[in-house]
Formats: sequence, structure tokens, C-alpha cells
Amino acid sequence: MKKNPSQDSSRQSPSDFPIKTGAEIIVETLIEQGADTIFGYPGGVVLPLFDRLYDAPIRFIIPRHEQGGTHMADGYARASGKVGVIIVTSGPGACNLTTGIANAMMDSVPIVALTGQVRTELIGNDAFQEADTTGITRPITKHNMIVKDVKDLQQMIREAFYIAKTGRPGPVLIDIPVDIEVAKCQLQPLKEISLPGYKPPQKGHLRQIKMAAQAIDKSDKPVLYAGGGVIAADAAKELHSFAQKANLPVTTTLLGLGSYDQSRPESLDMLGMHGTAYANFAVQECDLLIAVGARFDDRVTGKVKTFAPNAKIIHIDIDPSSISKNVAVNIPVVGDAKFILAELAKEVKHKERKEWFDKIADWKRRYPLRYDTRSAGLKPQYVIEQLCEAAKSEAIVVTGVGQHQMWTAQFYKHSKPRHFITSGGLGTMGFGLPAAIGAQVARPDALVIAIDGDCSFNMTLTEISTAVQYELPIKVCIINNGYMGMVRQWQELFYNKRYSKTHIDNPEFAVVAQALGAVGIAVEKKSEVKSAIAKMLAEKKPCIVDFKVEREENVWPMVAAGKSLHEMDGLDIFESMA
Amino acid sequence: MKHIISALVQNKPGVLAHVAGMFAARAFNIDSLAVGRTDDPALSRMTIVVVGDDKVVEQVRKQLAKVIDVVKVQDFSGREVIARDLMLICVHIPPEKRPEILALVEMFKAKVVDIGQRFVMVEVVGPEDKIEAFVEACRPYGVKNLARTGTVAMGRFDRQEVADNE
Repeated sequence: MKKNPSQDSSRQSPSDFPIKTGAEIIVETLIEQGADTIFGYPGGVVLPLFDRLYDAPIRFIIPRHEQGGTHMADGYARASGKVGVIIVTSGPGACNLTTGIANAMMDSVPIVALTGQVRTELIGNDAFQEADTTGITRPITKHNMIVKDVKDLQQMIREAFYIAKTGRPGPVLIDIPVDIEVAKCQLQPLKEISLPGYKPPQKGHLRQIKMAAQAIDKSDKPVLYAGGGVIAADAAKELHSFAQKANLPVTTTLLGLGSYDQSRPESLDMLGMHGTAYANFAVQECDLLIAVGARFDDRVTGKVKTFAPNAKIIHIDIDPSSISKNVAVNIPVVGDAKFILAELAKEVKHKERKEWFDKIADWKRRYPLRYDTRSAGLKPQYVIEQLCEAAKSEAIVVTGVGQHQMWTAQFYKHSKPRHFITSGGLGTMGFGLPAAIGAQVARPDALVIAIDGDCSFNMTLTEISTAVQYELPIKVCIINNGYMGMVRQWQELFYNKRYSKTHIDNPEFAVVAQALGAVGIAVEKKSEVKSAIAKMLAEKKPCIVDFKVEREENVWPMVAAGKSLHEMDGLDIFESMA
Repeated sequence: MKHIISALVQNKPGVLAHVAGMFAARAFNIDSLAVGRTDDPALSRMTIVVVGDDKVVEQVRKQLAKVIDVVKVQDFSGREVIARDLMLICVHIPPEKRPEILALVEMFKAKVVDIGQRFVMVEVVGPEDKIEAFVEACRPYGVKNLARTGTVAMGRFDRQEVADNE
């Protein structure tokens, strides 16, 4: 009843704004903001708040560790497009959030984190479970605040949601001393949020859009380069229409996977360090690069000085500070990608560009993604291809960080936004399992598959029991090579095969899974892969499949650090396989 | 190269930490940072002197604007500005050198604000190079300590604006 911000508050009676405790205000405001699901872990200074949550109409998921909880909130937000919410206690609870918050910050994921804090008068006294939470999280949040007066509490929570989900999304943290939770004040009417220092751009400058359209019409060799911002802006449809109308080849970043249907002929798949040769060649040779919701990350550009050397650059982004940060931009368009892409589609003309597309087709023919399919051994790429074959584009695929992540980016064909969830910017090992749990919480009926590495999985595998407790039928496929594979690959290539500390002795993951109440399957042979996947997909319980793959497979192609994008290693290996 | 940036910020707890933290996290080089209230009690003004090329300063400006509590950012690069520092400096003053030092104070249009048996405290206001010059001039006598505010600045009125006001 109080959900409509435009509602005239003068029509509401005073009984709509009764006096409540801080804890009650928090719960009511969370519900008002649409937080029907919350992740969190209780503790001393959040007891008054958890008492209010006892019978609140909110679905509450308790992770086994607060880091897992933040990744769950992150996976929940990415799968649903809603704000992920996490509540934890002070000190260690808050400190354990940091990896997850930094991860959400780097990948622009909307999260609201509420942390308990010691009593106001104890702050600064090194009280039990005290940590300077706002100090610790300042550089890894979009914004953070500490509540000093219960009268500010309700508006701060509303502002936190507003800041988290608007503009370039990101995590917002509110630190709440326990005395604020029990202090009382009147509820406040919901009014439009106005922050003098925060005015996210709503649309985009029409003159800049026209300029961009003219440059596109002129271009003979354009490339459209889409990032996670397209998905955050829910602009995949607009991206598609724009690319069709203008007739553009499309490459995406790791986080942009799913923003464009990879089964289409104009898709160049992923670019960058482990991108496809045809995407990287096209970027290096294009005369116009149209970046949308991407930030020219060093894993994308390779050596910045020689990145897209012949190209004029159009950069569409909602964050003005992203523009010309790493690469000088010719035509910046600041604003909402959904709006700008729709406008661009109206402005641009269709252009044939036969020579350019022929050249791209030739690169695609000569340098497709390859691995040794004739090998009798269990190849990681084969497992991922088979998973893609069996689950198709319906599955929400979540990964950890490392080789398995790159193979999933390469060999799983993504076609829908919010169906590929991965830790891009921060590169957080251990992200996969908890993020998959969060995605399954958000999408109870969807097929959620985590493709994880053995070491990545080892970091947060305790969360299996969370999946078991809440009966979340996630599937986890471990690409188990017994190494921190990506680090081992670098050691092989750049450190003379001295595999320094990149091996750990793993437990039998299938047995661990069973002990934690999930289904566990171990696969050692190529011939067992298809039946194991079929069994996994039929399983109603959380199911962990441990694929013991060839140990020293590498991710190709690869642009070594400091090299230009077209200087890829591994292409000769492709040719020998052809 | 030095650039002067002025930021209007909300007068709230934690704002200075947000801004200073951002500078550290982004590895920007600050020469000085001065903060004070404005005529509006809800707002403070920060004047920041940054060292870097144009690209760095552009990022500083954008990253500052991105801090939620920062309301407005002005970059004075390429504009004529009035820039002032204030310094308190304690100089060793042996009786026989008093006339020399007081002449120096006079020359710099500075002010003696306190005097002890062996030291004199002088207040100097002016552009940064004047302040630096005074420090250098005092060095031979012995500087006990000094405190500086960092630069505060405002853009000069352009001609049109002056004409409008007249």
C-alpha cells in the first residue's frame, strides 16, 4: 500500500507511520524494497534484527560462511536482475563479506549488505567483534554508510537500494550499530529519492548518438564489442536489433557472454586473452570499434598501445569514468545502453560489407576453437561440449575461476542473457558453487549448472550442505585436473615448467558430496561422460560430478601478458589439429 | 604538472574518508587537500591539488564525481584562478637578527602573530610560490616548525561576468 513513490503521502493517515524499533524498520523497509529473499548469518550485534526476521515473510538462506553468502547474493542478483541482500554480524561477519563485495563491485552487481556494528558508544574502543567495517569496505563498495541516528535508518536503506541498482550497479553497505536496532522512531513515508551528489544518466545524448550512427554508416570494417553492461541494462534484445539493422559482427567480453546469440554467423564469440582468433584479428583490423557496456579491461585489450590500432572508437557506457580510462575514445555516449542501442538502431543504415564479412568467415574457417578430439583421454573441453549438448541454452551456467572458466567461455555456446554467471573482474576462485546456489534460489525451476575447477571448488565446497539444506537441485561439474590449472599453465609457459605450489591433494569429491547429503559421481573415462551427464540431469538432489580430466591440458589461444591482441600463442597447435 | 580541482561535497561524516580513500585506491598523487564548510551548512568545499598529466586529471575529475557524496566537481585547469595558502611558521630569532627578520616579514606582507624568547611565529598568506619563497628566506635563521593549510582556490571572474556585475 505504501509501495508507490508517487503516492501523495498527505493522504496517508498517521497510523501508517507508527513508532517502530530500528530492527522493525529494517525488516519493513527490506520488504518495501522487494527483498523477498535474503542471505545472511546471525551473530551477537544483529540479534535484535534476527529476532524480527524470525517470523518475517522473507525467505532466508544461511550459508556456511559469510563469503559464500555474498557470492550467493551475487549469483541471485545476476540470475534475477534484482538486488541481492545479505545481512551479517559485526567484526568477523563483516570481514568475511569483503571478497564477495569486491567481486560484486568489479562486476557491477547490485547488492545491499547490512552489517551489524557494536554499540555506538563503543565504536573505536576495540570492543568485542568490532571492526571498522565502513573503513574496510570503502574502496570495494559503490557506497557505504554508518547509521548514527535511528531517524536516518529507513531513508538510508531506501537510498542503498536506489544506489545499488541504478546507474552502474554495485554493492552498497550499511553498518548498523546494535543500539540503532533497538532505538525507536516513526516510520517515514516513501518519497522520491533525491541525492544531490548522485544523478545517474537516464538516457543518452542524442547528438552523440547521431555522431555514432554516422561513424557506423561510414565504416567498412566495424566490430561491435559488448560487455556485461548490456546484460545489466537488460539490453540484449536492443543489441541484437541494432547489430542486425547495421549489419555488424559482434564479439563479447567474458561478462558479456549471453548478451548475443553465439549460434549466429556474425557472432565472433569472446575476445581477449583467451578469446577466439577471429575475434581478436577482427578487433585488430577493424576501422571502427563500438564498445557497449564494456570497460577495455587489460584481459581484453592486451597491450593497450597496439589495441585496435586502425580503429575509431565509440564507447557507450553509463559510467563516465569508464570512458577514456584505458583507451582513448573518439565518440563517447554516456547513458543507458538499452535506450542508446534502441536509438542507434533507428539511426543507422544497413550496409552490406561483404569484403569484411568474407574476411571474418575466412578467419573463422582457418582458426576455429579446437582441441584434440581424437584423444582417447578425458579432455576438459569435451566435457564442456557434452554439457552444452545435453543442457543446451536453457541452463544457467556458473563458473569458478581458472582454466575451466575459460573453457566454459569458449566451448559452451551462450545465447541468453543472465544465463552465464562468472567472476570476471576480481577473478575470485570459490565463486562458482555459492553463486550457483544463489542463482538456483532466484530461479527455482531453472537448470543451474556450476562448472568448477577442483581448486576453485575446494575453496567453498562447504556450501554443498547449504544446497542440501534448502533442497536446491544445483548440478556441479568439477573439471578436476589436480592443479591450479591456469597458474600451472603460466608456470609451464613462462617459468620453465617449475610447478611451484600449484598442486594440492584433493579429497574424493564424490564421497565428500555424499557425506554432505548430495549425490556424488566420479568420472574417469571419456566413455562415461554422456551417461554421467544424463544421470546428473535426471537427479532431483544437488549433484556433484567429479570429472577427472587430463592433467596438463592448456587453454588456447592465448595472448601472453604484454603482447598485442593479434599475437596469439597456440594457433599453430590448431593448425596441426586441422 | 599541478592541477587545482575544487569539489563541493556533502557535509556528512565519512566524506573526507571516501574522497581520500578514492585517491589512495586509484594511486592519484595529491599535493594538498583543504576542506572547510561553505555558506550552506549542508555543504563543504574541498580544494585538491593533484599532480599528473591531463589524462590523470580527467580521471580524477570523473572518479571524484562518482563518489556519491560529492555534489559538484570543478577543474581549474586552463583557467585563471586565485589560489591561496596560509602558513604559520616559527623562525629562530636571535636578538641581533630581529631587524632583518622583521624586514623580511614586512617585505612579504606577512604578520608576526606570536613572539617568544628565541622564536617568532609568522603568518603568511599568498600563492604557493610566495609561501615557498618565505620558507627559503627564513631557512638561514633556522625554521623550528611550520604548518600549512594547502591551497584553496576560486576561478577568476571572466570579463563578461565582471561587466554584468557592474
